Amino acid sequence: MNYIVDRRLNAKKKSTVNRQRFLNRYRHHIKKAVTEAVDKRSITDMAQGEKISIPTRDINEPIFHHGPGGKNTRVLPGNDQFVSGDMIARPKSGSGKGNGSEASNSGEGNDDFSFQISQEEFLNFMFEDLELPNLVKRQLAGSDSFELKRAGFSNEGSPGKINIVRTLRSANSRRIALTAKKRKQLRQLNEEIQSLESERNITNTEKIAALKVTVEELTQKIKRVPWLDNFDIKYNLHIKHPTPQSRAVMFCLMDVSGSMDKETKDIAKRFFLLLYLFLQRNYERTDVVFIRHHTSAKEVTEEEFFYDRETGGTIVSSALHLMDDIVTQRYPPNQWNIYGAQASDGDNWNDDSLTCYKLLTEKLLPKLQYYAYLEITDRDHQDLWTAYESVLKDFPSQFAMKQLVDAADIYSVFRQLFQKKTL
Amino acid sequence: MKLSQPISTGSDWTFELLERYNEEIAKIATEFGLDTYPNQIEVISSEQMMDAYASVGMPIGYNHWSYGKQFLGVEQSYKRGQMGLAYEIVINSDPCIAYLMEENTITMQALVIAHACYGHNSFFKGNYLFRTWTDASSIIDYLVFAKNYIAKCEERHGVESVEATLDSCHAIMNNGVDRYKRPYPMSPAEERDHQQERENYLQKQVNDLWRTIPLSDKNAANNKQPRFPAEPQENLLYFIEKNAPLLEPWQREIVRIVRKIGQYFYPQRQTQVMNEGWACFWHHFILNTLYDRGLVTDGFMMEFIQSHSSVIYQPPYNSKYYSGINPYTLGFHMMTDIRRICEHPTKEDQEWFPDIAGSDWIKTLDFAMRNFKDESFILQFLSPHLMRELKLFAVLDDDKQDDIEVKAIHNDAGYRQIRELLAAQYNLGNREPNIQVYNVDVRGDRSLTLHHTRFDRKPLDKANTKEVLKHIRRLWGFDVHLHSKEGDTTKQLFNCTSSDVTESELN
Repeated sequence: MNYIVDRRLNAKKKSTVNRQRFLNRYRHHIKKAVTEAVDKRSITDMAQGEKISIPTRDINEPIFHHGPGGKNTRVLPGNDQFVSGDMIARPKSGSGKGNGSEASNSGEGNDDFSFQISQEEFLNFMFEDLELPNLVKRQLAGSDSFELKRAGFSNEGSPGKINIVRTLRSANSRRIALTAKKRKQLRQLNEEIQSLESERNITNTEKIAALKVTVEELTQKIKRVPWLDNFDIKYNLHIKHPTPQSRAVMFCLMDVSGSMDKETKDIAKRFFLLLYLFLQRNYERTDVVFIRHHTSAKEVTEEEFFYDRETGGTIVSSALHLMDDIVTQRYPPNQWNIYGAQASDGDNWNDDSLTCYKLLTEKLLPKLQYYAYLEITDRDHQDLWTAYESVLKDFPSQFAMKQLVDAADIYSVFRQLFQKKTL
Repeated sequence: MKLSQPISTGSDWTFELLERYNEEIAKIATEFGLDTYPNQIEVISSEQMMDAYASVGMPIGYNHWSYGKQFLGVEQSYKRGQMGLAYEIVINSDPCIAYLMEENTITMQALVIAHACYGHNSFFKGNYLFRTWTDASSIIDYLVFAKNYIAKCEERHGVESVEATLDSCHAIMNNGVDRYKRPYPMSPAEERDHQQERENYLQKQVNDLWRTIPLSDKNAANNKQPRFPAEPQENLLYFIEKNAPLLEPWQREIVRIVRKIGQYFYPQRQTQVMNEGWACFWHHFILNTLYDRGLVTDGFMMEFIQSHSSVIYQPPYNSKYYSGINPYTLGFHMMTDIRRICEHPTKEDQEWFPDIAGSDWIKTLDFAMRNFKDESFILQFLSPHLMRELKLFAVLDDDKQDDIEVKAIHNDAGYRQIRELLAAQYNLGNREPNIQVYNVDVRGDRSLTLHHTRFDRKPLDKANTKEVLKHIRRLWGFDVHLHSKEGDTTKQLFNCTSSDVTESELN
């Protein structure tokens, strides 16, 4: 008996669970690799899968083995030069050359075990333990998306929604209720008949016959109760439920004045990108507004934002003003989660820092979810930093500021800014 | 001389063609006396093949991270093109399940059918080790039972603790065979019933063992105290399953599951050369017969020969592709050589193999397949002719000598020695350290003492041993000591306590 079976349509990915278990077990290693990858990667391919390498010794499954040493005899094929009694100098690497096959499975090789994780997994590892601060999900009033939710049962509805179990149950209980009295009588009559029959008295025959007629009548009545009636029918009830849609808008503010060189801008750009990826994972819809400024601010496209070069002095408040305008015009704070991220080298026009302080504390921060300021510099702090420090004092939960010296720190600074806070 | 039309001329396969080839191959197999389980041939895709790989070829397996690791490894090297997937996987079960990959050409499918469905299949059914150690009809059911049981344990006790137990069991999976007892096969229904019974009974027994120890004078008693176990035990998993004091009933059952599955693979580890040799011999023979009967084309044969010869290629010792003796080469050549000795014996063969030279080759091969394992097979049947052909030579690498010595080569003086040494190379007893349970300190700290009996002065690998001991400690629940002994002297001593594993060299 032989069978040939086509299994190609059977489930693939039987190993998914095991794969997941493996990733979980070595999440520590994978996270390290992800962190390194984030630092090394160029911005454009941030959101790709990653090759992860784990040292083989760390994932070795130990079993009892012979170690090197002792007497090892090997039979080898392909003799081309030896006769018995020949002495061969031992290869430097230690044990005999015949040991090649053993070394590979003893798990002592230095080769790394490498494998690929998907983009999704990569981002998961990247943003693990991070959360958006002040995540008050402001919901859209009169949201335009609905979801049908079950809401019990009703007596009216379309035939397609008949709930059979409920219907039969209610029919059953109606039948029980309507016939209870009659069945009780029936039971009594039957008992009476039985006792009369057991007496074996001739005079009873008539009585029994009369009783039997009544029994027959009652049975007919019970039978006449309909098995299913119109008002037994129950329908599944669905109601429309508005689904809250969470939306976020992110403002990227960057100083493009002459003091910001390409490298600094590159660092800023990476930071913005991380933030963007992160927001995307938290909200169904994420808008990004790019604002660049020198002495005056301008809303630009992504391309212009990152690649155009401008020179001139620096007035930070111009950007904040513009941001405030845009928020008022396009992103009403009761409907949007608003985030701001600003990158700068710390330069600012002398008197401007105080304006910035006022703008932030009075106008912007009450509307914002979170505002992060990133200073990319290795020099001493200037006025702007001091002004922002006082902002931090006033709004400690909504405002964050960090200093960044080179690209390698981006990820860790990012993590610090969005660290899960235990309350 | 073509007798009939070839079955197919193209390279694509269809299910009708598979049926046709299977029919013809089955005909030849029966003609030449191959006794097989019924076949269940399953066509699968390459992704499914990778899944099958990851679960060591089993169609169902419990979940464990190590299979995930396996899968990732296979997937990675397959995607990078470093490795082709095997054309087939065959499972020792009744009916015998063989997987064919859909990417194969019709030639490869025919080759695989002959190789797996008739070669391996008849080996599984006939070889004495498989007959003794595995029960082909119940393995699938047992795997289903194991998977469900472990899933249930995970629900009840958490994935992590189940995983930890499995890790520890896997570490000593190879030490889970009792070589001298025939296991009693059980139906899955029986298995379930017994399991509950066993749980209760075992726990009671273990408790008893520890409870009934008399509290007499400690020192005096210690000296006279008989060892427990009275005789050393080689089956570590069995010993732990029955005697570990702190295991929960479900943990014992997991130990048992791993032990049973380890036992199922035990014959495969000992018959690699024979099993592959037998299957290669038969696919070679069957396809050639198909050709002789005019059922396949010249093109078919060219493709077959190309793939066959790459499978049985043996790189010489100094090639960079050398990684040990290729079991396919050795096995195939030995099988072919036996046939040659039967059909065309030389004077040398008459002298070396008086009882098989000139006999019926089908009977002789069948006898060899049924009654040997790699070690004894080589010892019995490796001929001088083949040793010359493979140019075998033996080297001795002794850490007490400065140089490696060539002990024997393929000449009159060396044949016997090479044959013995090569056979010894396939002796599991030599390849794997011999570790046995020696004693349990029943009256004292309940520590477990293991003895390693050194073979050819080979020490234990330190890093691995330490890790394994940690796993044994986890199962046993108390300290574990391992003495590595040469004769009566202990050369290496491992102590595994709750905090640390130490190793010391003693001379």
